[in-house]
Amino acid sequence: MFPARIWREFPQRYRLEAVKNKDTGEVYFPPRYVSKDGKKFNGEKYILPDEGKIFTYTVIDVPPSQFKDEAPYVVCIVELTDGTKVTCQITDYQKEWLAIGKKVRLEFRRVQTDAHHGVISYGYKAVPAE
Amino acid sequence: MVGIVGYGAKIPRHRIKVEEIAKVWGADAESYKRGLQLTEKSVPAPDVDCVTLSVEATKYALRRAGVTGDQIDALYIGSESHPYAVKPSGTICAEAIGATPHCHNADYEFACKAGSEAMFVCLGLVKSEFCNYAVGIGADTSQGAPGDALEYSAAAGAASFVMGRENILAECLYTHSWMTDTPDFWRREHQHYPQHGGRFTGEPAYFRTIMGCANALLEKSGMKPADFKYAVFHQPNGKFPMRVGKMLGFEREQLETGWLVPTLGNTYSGASPIGLTAILDVAQPGDKIFMVSYGSGAGSDGFVFKVTDRIKEVQDLAPKTRPQLDENKIYVDYGTYAKYRKKILKND
Repeated sequence: MFPARIWREFPQRYRLEAVKNKDTGEVYFPPRYVSKDGKKFNGEKYILPDEGKIFTYTVIDVPPSQFKDEAPYVVCIVELTDGTKVTCQITDYQKEWLAIGKKVRLEFRRVQTDAHHGVISYGYKAVPAE
Repeated sequence: MVGIVGYGAKIPRHRIKVEEIAKVWGADAESYKRGLQLTEKSVPAPDVDCVTLSVEATKYALRRAGVTGDQIDALYIGSESHPYAVKPSGTICAEAIGATPHCHNADYEFACKAGSEAMFVCLGLVKSEFCNYAVGIGADTSQGAPGDALEYSAAAGAASFVMGRENILAECLYTHSWMTDTPDFWRREHQHYPQHGGRFTGEPAYFRTIMGCANALLEKSGMKPADFKYAVFHQPNGKFPMRVGKMLGFEREQLETGWLVPTLGNTYSGASPIGLTAILDVAQPGDKIFMVSYGSGAGSDGFVFKVTDRIKEVQDLAPKTRPQLDENKIYVDYGTYAKYRKKILKND
């Protein structure tokens, strides 16, 4: 994994930095400065809340190679308390707990590692909050 | 006046019981439980390391401190399980809490006292007015060789302290450090697991060093054990901190609040710092706290804290330590534990 790629994404992956359109209030995550209809807008940095609930999820049984030791694992869309939706893994859960609507919190975790010798990618994962 | 402005602890959810480890190695679980005075220990999941624990503990500490990441002038992580051999852990933590780029940063190592080293240096930096706020962290996902006595206790956790001169919740009245060259526990480069000197880790190492530091600190402060509401010592097992506390003249009631090892295990650099967070969670204004860490090699850092009125305003602002230890646990079997701790040889 090339370090520059993960380095560029530190603000969003480490600190949940999004961009808010100052005129419309729309939030973009990952951050971008071009709106859905392709126009530039007047944006400002906006930190996402770290609490929300499971909007939907799926279980990955056949993972890409860097996640093979984690299968089966869950990828979900979390609807945060401000309505923004983010995609991430769920961790530290027990099977019987998992359901749409469950409250979660975003925690700082390892996301993937480049074998034993490469750079370690950190980011956010959802953990049970109830 | 300098001291703790904010504090936080992070303990992983996963646990393994002594019986589960003993079963695999044909050992007598009851004798280990009796000898070590612990019944289970925390286990870091594969996506947890010393950095992730540090980040979460520091977020809690900042919340209690009422300061933001960009107000932090220095951040130090003390650990013996830094994820990189070359590349700082502290930069990752500082980036995650928003303390970069105007921040001084280094990783500390001194076996189990690396965390209190970070706290000690932070107190010095804010006292000298080099920094307004400095964060000292003790964090470990410690290693124990399969089948070794250490495997029953080597655990994971982190504690983080924001040190400053204003809005203090526990004033640091006195410090003292005591160290000698005592090779009781070590890990050579490229070795996966540490080695230790067996019984040599006791009297000539742990007890001599903590007693040396604690007695000097009591003398320096002019205080006696009865003057303190709480005391916390490095806790590699359940027996040692209770014994050294009694040798110094502390009563069991003074030691129990910060004595987490029976169900947490030995969190190495996090051990006495996490114990301190459990004390701060319940402390009342005016309480005095006596803390002495221990790191093999060997040395101790001692602190005398006096809790201020502000403690009552901040205790509920972030998750407390005892509930993290006692609630929402996920027990794993030895196979899962071995996979999580990368004890299984695989073809890459």
